[in-house]
Amino acid sequence: MTLAGTRSLAEVAIGDALPEERIEVTPTFVVSTAIATRDFQDVHHDRDLAVAKGSKDIFINILTTTGLVQRYVTDWAGPEALVRGVAIKLGVPCYAYEELALHGQVLERDGAVLVVEVLGRNSLGTHVSGTVRVELPEVAG
Amino acid sequence: MTSSITDAAHRIQERGPSEPRAARDPVNLPMINNWVEAIGDRNPVYTDESAAAESVHGGLVAPPAMAQVWTMGGLHPQRDPADPLYAMMAELDEAGFTSVVATNCEQTYHRYLRHGEQVTVSTRLDSVVGPKTTALGEGWFVTTRNTWFVDGEPVAEMLFRVLKFRPPEQKPETPKHEAGTAVIRPAIGADTAYFWEGTAAGELRIQRCGQCGLLRHPPGPMCPECGATKRIHLVSEGRGEIYSYVVHHHPPVPGKELPLVVALVELDEGVRVLGELHGVEPDEVAVGQRVAVDFQRIDEELTLPVWRPEPTEAS
Repeated sequence: MTLAGTRSLAEVAIGDALPEERIEVTPTFVVSTAIATRDFQDVHHDRDLAVAKGSKDIFINILTTTGLVQRYVTDWAGPEALVRGVAIKLGVPCYAYEELALHGQVLERDGAVLVVEVLGRNSLGTHVSGTVRVELPEVAG
Repeated sequence: MTSSITDAAHRIQERGPSEPRAARDPVNLPMINNWVEAIGDRNPVYTDESAAAESVHGGLVAPPAMAQVWTMGGLHPQRDPADPLYAMMAELDEAGFTSVVATNCEQTYHRYLRHGEQVTVSTRLDSVVGPKTTALGEGWFVTTRNTWFVDGEPVAEMLFRVLKFRPPEQKPETPKHEAGTAVIRPAIGADTAYFWEGTAAGELRIQRCGQCGLLRHPPGPMCPECGATKRIHLVSEGRGEIYSYVVHHHPPVPGKELPLVVALVELDEGVRVLGELHGVEPDEVAVGQRVAVDFQRIDEELTLPVWRPEPTEAS
């Protein structure tokens, strides 16, 4: 049985673009995601200490970026897409008050697994680039 | 120092994977709820029991990207000195590489985790590469590999790379120039007196040719279009958009706090006028931004025109 809205492999072609998604990186977002990922490093919740350590502001942690990249792809692929891997490389920080724009494209297919490239950019440049390996059902349920 | 870091890295690498360390809690719905709420993930297989039961999973599962979350140290982490990552960080701290940023994270999920499963993690040091010169400062790239287990079964793996760096020395702050000292005064002559009389009266006056009607700024004695020397002026509405601008950081300017923004504004009447831009942070100025003129009274003899963001109709 397939939950409504899961894409099938038959519906996806190499080169397909994912719709852009924009995320308002509010201080609340930075702090709530840091705590939800159990990452209590001060640079993710304490602006004074973040600035004292040379950052412009608090910034989102890598576990959050991994989670965002994953959910960006599963938002597109649907609830029964099976995530097999997320590989990301971080670039510029994503500080509070930034807007993070996520872009994606289907790069290749390896059996039932699609390799989806994801890029996340903010006003400073590319915050994250990477790939998500996601397995889709052969045909829609 | 380089050799001592490399030696420490070899020593820690040779110790191999650490003893599996247990997550604080079994995989559970409250932590998953917090995570999906913060991240904004609405996939029902993580939180909706009946939807999850209908799905390929046949029941609730944890978001794969939470693999690392289960075994995070929390607010008051108990650092095990035998942990390879912690041991390597301590060596680098000692050598002055006190700051850290994560650069790479590559997670592989062998299967989804289910509620109630107790996860453990084992870490080994993969490599320590450096010293490298980076934008953040001199540092070492430390790569570790984590494996998460449930009852001895590997469920997820991660390559994790951080840059452990020495923050560059803070530059002393450039002293701000005292505001209120004498400003550089414009040369006021026969061709320009009307303009400065205008600013003192709260008007932005633009020279107009009395023969052909051409508007021109800055003013001059003769019309570049028709050659007439019959000068009149109009009073501008004082509104326009930023055509170009510069942010001046150095050298100091008498009477000004730096950085300051000098904007070239294209008036709605069609000519361009230079002036200092007030009320906008230097990194928020945009070409095309609407601005309106304002007047900054320096003393009895001088009033400077300045630009401010155009007030909206509602205000």
